[in-house]
Amino acid sequence: MNLLSVQNLTLSIYTFDILRDVSFNIDAGEIVAITGESGSGKSMTALAAMQLLPQGTRTSGRIMLGDDDITTFTEAELCAMRGNDIGMVFQEPMTALNPVKTIGDQVAETILIHERTTKTDAMNRAADTLERVGLPQSKFPLSRFPHELSGGQRQRVVIAMAIALRPRLLIADEPTTALDVTTQAQILTLLTKLAREDGMGLMMITHDLAVVADMADRIIVMRNGEVVEQGETKSLLHNMQHPYTRMLFNASSHTVTLPDTAAETPLLQVTGVSRDYRTPRKTLFGRPGQFRAVNNVSFSLNRGERLGLVGESGCGKSTLTRALLGLEPVQHGTITLNGEPVFTGNSPNLSVRRCMQVVFQDPYGSFNPRHHVARLITEPFHLLPDPPQGAARKRAIDEALVAVGLTPADADKYIHEFSGGQRQRIAIARALIIRPDLIVFDEAVSALDVSVRAQILDLLAELCTTYDLSYLFISHDLSVVRTITDRVLVMKAGEIVEQGQTETVFTTPQHPYTKSLIEAAPVLPDLKGQTA
Amino acid sequence: MLRYALKRFLSLVISLAVASLVIFAVIEIAPGDPASYMLGMNAQPETLASLRSELGLDQSRPERYFNWITGMLGGDFGTSYTYRTPVADMVAQRLWVSLPLALYALALSTLIAFPAGIYAAARRGKAGDISVMGATQLGVAIPNFWFAMMLVLLFAIKLRWFSAGGFAGWDKGFFAGIRSLTLPAIALALPQAAILARVMRSSLLDVLGEDFMRTARAKGLTARQALWRHGLRNAMIPVLTIIGLQFSFLLAGGIIIEQVFYLPGLGRLIFQSISARDLIVVESVTMLLVFAVIFVNFAVDLAYAAVDPRLRART
Repeated sequence: MNLLSVQNLTLSIYTFDILRDVSFNIDAGEIVAITGESGSGKSMTALAAMQLLPQGTRTSGRIMLGDDDITTFTEAELCAMRGNDIGMVFQEPMTALNPVKTIGDQVAETILIHERTTKTDAMNRAADTLERVGLPQSKFPLSRFPHELSGGQRQRVVIAMAIALRPRLLIADEPTTALDVTTQAQILTLLTKLAREDGMGLMMITHDLAVVADMADRIIVMRNGEVVEQGETKSLLHNMQHPYTRMLFNASSHTVTLPDTAAETPLLQVTGVSRDYRTPRKTLFGRPGQFRAVNNVSFSLNRGERLGLVGESGCGKSTLTRALLGLEPVQHGTITLNGEPVFTGNSPNLSVRRCMQVVFQDPYGSFNPRHHVARLITEPFHLLPDPPQGAARKRAIDEALVAVGLTPADADKYIHEFSGGQRQRIAIARALIIRPDLIVFDEAVSALDVSVRAQILDLLAELCTTYDLSYLFISHDLSVVRTITDRVLVMKAGEIVEQGQTETVFTTPQHPYTKSLIEAAPVLPDLKGQTA
Repeated sequence: MLRYALKRFLSLVISLAVASLVIFAVIEIAPGDPASYMLGMNAQPETLASLRSELGLDQSRPERYFNWITGMLGGDFGTSYTYRTPVADMVAQRLWVSLPLALYALALSTLIAFPAGIYAAARRGKAGDISVMGATQLGVAIPNFWFAMMLVLLFAIKLRWFSAGGFAGWDKGFFAGIRSLTLPAIALALPQAAILARVMRSSLLDVLGEDFMRTARAKGLTARQALWRHGLRNAMIPVLTIIGLQFSFLLAGGIIIEQVFYLPGLGRLIFQSISARDLIVVESVTMLLVFAVIFVNFAVDLAYAAVDPRLRART
């Protein structure tokens, strides 16, 4: 008998159809990955298994947990099931814990609501569970609050809460998407270990095939609320039946062809740059401390070159980016573009800012929703002493939109009318419109689905051929950096620990940190031409 | 936590020092001589001179400031010019009415607002929510003096449960005092409760949408348990802010209600001394109220830290 058996599950929220005829099984001790792009219904499938569905949801079909159909459970029966028979881990560890309760209380709570036991006993068992997920009491006592832990440590706490009662099934919804690669690898190992040790079924929801390729026993591929393909991992990957699965697989390992770099004329030069932040005073009248976020960083970016900057969160990437854009002063060193400093006096140097634009990560948050596209993408014009007017302005808008694969008619629309990928195209059009020399991409494709990401990468490769652009590409995603850059910088704790030609760094990394990053990054199995 | 409390306390002391300087300076800078201002245009030169020496206007400014502050620290607030009694006694008398009234009103307002806000948030969009929100809309809109008069008409004149006004005094017993404060407290509390309930509801609704509430449900908590155990404490910061502001307001801002019920409170004392140009009383009572507001803020700061551990760590 299966542990979990979803049979012909159809689900709609008010008038929107979310899932259609979804069927799959999970056995005890089995790791099953559900993958697909955003909107494929994979998260809703997980929530349906917990029966934690939004208001207005109607379902048909059955969800069998052992012998019981949980769609017929009363709310009280469901509460007794959640946390006890099925545990769940969520995507965002930073917000998944209650900030005002200690981690001990939160883990013990799972035990206390399901079992008649004493607080002391629950706390002891919470300590054991935290120990099991890699948070030993000597370093992480029960009295810690969530804000005193890092993202990876918080995710361990969430896992401890979910497995405290050794549930039969654990559901993990994108458990590592918000984490750094090395932390991601640790959490994936932990989940696998727990599932194997307890004989627990594990439902892994992820958009990243590479994450589950060497971990899952079986893979279920979903699209638009339907299961398009499912099977045992190895045979599914080696013998992909559905074109969508093949498309996902290819998009995950998408590569682009970059034009050759021109002669070595330096465009951006960074020499001995350090950036300090003040930290709070330790004593009432003591001197405030200093935290060096960027330490003695030097590099140069040549005209026409695509340079990558990789590193984990907190390594100083964003601080360095802000300094490069002239948004903040630096304490030591100089940053020049075309020989001119990016920061003069108390403000960015406008004549330099004109030559430099930026594209940010979040395609939803980086536009004013009340402006139409024409106004959004012409914003950089305020940098120009004599911005184009009338017909010239219209021409510039049309040209920029066409360049990124949109149409001139899109200029009059508002941003909510576009998908995430289209928004990122608009962000690129906004950067392109004043014809900069350098575009800084700050995690610009990290929030996109793999298929959309592949299209945007193609667009970037095409644009740098057409417009003679230089890129600084900042990302934690090594596979993306590998294909879109010529040269790469590896940053750790505010310092650049390794730099060199991208291919060389990836194939023969020198610094131990670079090695650990590359080792931790999930990769798709090489299928030797079977996926052409 | 102790360090946080000490820091907040230091900021309280500094705020008080700055406030006292400002109050002193404003009265000094005000055009004309305080003595001639107090006595009006037709004052006799002798009266003026004696008032000037009584006010200490023949001393230097730093000396006067120093005397004023040390006097207040020692409980000597000066002597009222109009009533010829020590300001400290007058204030103490009034405070015995205003402070219990403010606390009473605050307690009532909190007791009404918390259940109403929580009830509405838990039933968002349903009939219960809509009727509570309708009622609070009314509570915010109705002027409290009108409401006070309606209370008098109903409970004092028609039902004769309470007296229509005046203060029995605490010497007649605790319940007699409480009884004469009940109608004014209700009149003061209801509009405040309406505001507080709305803040409670919206703050709680924000929290209910947080990820950790979903985590709580995934553990097996019922919606109600999740709300009580995880939602409420996280929703408290904006609520505490409003409670702090309301208490400061209730302490001296109830002047209209004091008039309606004929209560000898602080609000009336300020109003009377301003009308009588009794600067000594105005200056001291203002300082006292500033102290009360700063002290309430201090208490609210401590409450923040008690509720949210992140605030203890930040400073």
